[in-house]
Amino acid sequence: MGLIDIARSKSPWILHFDAGACNGCDIELLACLTPVYDVERFGIINIGNPKHADVLLVTGTVNKRSARVLRNLYDQMPEPKAVVAIGACALSGGVFHQCYNILGGVDSVLPVDVYVPGCAPKPEAIIEGVVMALGKMQEREHARKRGAA
Amino acid sequence: MMAEYLAALAAVLVAPFIGGVLMGIDRIVSARLQSRQGPPLFQPFYDILKLFAKRRMAANTFQMISVSVYLASMVLSLALLFMGQDLLVLLFILALGNIMLILGGFSVKSPYSQLGSQREVIVLLAYEPLLVCMVVGTYIMTGSFSAASIFGLERPLALSMPAFVITQALVMAMKLHKSPFDVSASHHAHQELVRGIYTEFSGPQMAVIELAHLYELVLLLGFIALFWHTNLGIGIALALACYGAVIVLDNISARMTTRWMFGFTWSFGLALAAANLAALYATGPLPR
Repeated sequence: MGLIDIARSKSPWILHFDAGACNGCDIELLACLTPVYDVERFGIINIGNPKHADVLLVTGTVNKRSARVLRNLYDQMPEPKAVVAIGACALSGGVFHQCYNILGGVDSVLPVDVYVPGCAPKPEAIIEGVVMALGKMQEREHARKRGAA
Repeated sequence: MMAEYLAALAAVLVAPFIGGVLMGIDRIVSARLQSRQGPPLFQPFYDILKLFAKRRMAANTFQMISVSVYLASMVLSLALLFMGQDLLVLLFILALGNIMLILGGFSVKSPYSQLGSQREVIVLLAYEPLLVCMVVGTYIMTGSFSAASIFGLERPLALSMPAFVITQALVMAMKLHKSPFDVSASHHAHQELVRGIYTEFSGPQMAVIELAHLYELVLLLGFIALFWHTNLGIGIALALACYGAVIVLDNISARMTTRWMFGFTWSFGLALAAANLAALYATGPLPR
């Protein structure tokens, strides 16, 4: 593991986007930042700017309106990046599945790396999801380097 | 002359490490004040390395030029301080770097970046007179603008220019984007119009900015350490005490408006500076 790999795994800046959640998952996600869970211990910062973010956390089901915004945010994030879908709605559409305005889960718009199930998932599960996403991000980056070499 | 060059070179090489550790301490202390544990001590280094390793995604070529000049001006200012060169030239180079960063923020269409840059201009306008007044104060004392001439004085500057220790701490809070002065962008990840002036700088550009911030921090602390040149141990302790005060101020205050900041620095800050300058005029230069 090189110096860059260590730095990447110790400094994941997250961007949170609510694509159409009931706010349940958002509250659990924001609970990660509170003193009880304090994700800054792991260098995780809720940066709120796609241009600085490494991991995109999406909560809620994707509808025709939010899909465009979600795609835009994803495109603005510089590589290497990862996407984590949080909660039943972000996974499949949840209770809104097959509604007239619903496209489905986050994976109907973006390539999702990690799915965190639950309604709503616990903060511990969300933190584990971010850690798994970092692992996948590193793997992808190494594969790209091997391909280029 | 050779020794001065070596001192400057050593300062330029060592400054990022000292600055990074101090920023790490800042983040831990801030977290503890919020009853959190906080990140590892070396977190600023992880952040900068990671940002350097991200792929480039520039909105235009000028962005990279602007952040490079910003970094270069910080490095050069630090070198000039350690070489004991002209403080006025140092201030101009410092301002040049800041203006280049502001132009970089203005060079993109994003309204967040534009507004952040506009506010950064006001921040610059707010603290620059305080810096110039400090240099005027040292000129009255020593009859020269050079930093080296301060070392010719018998008594520490802090005893005859106590108000300027306070104004320098204020300048530090403003330049580091600490509350209540974090109007153009925040030192921490708090969001002010997304990320204010830094909104459109991504990956390696942001890494260069963060690196420049480490130099800037050491430079600002160096300024304060100069106030006790007779015993640099006390000078450094004074600088670190000011840094601690700025961290506490950051955590106990909320963000204020640009108008308030401008009014506060130009009334309270400049009044302090003017009173101290008047006292210096009355007593005249110190014996050398």
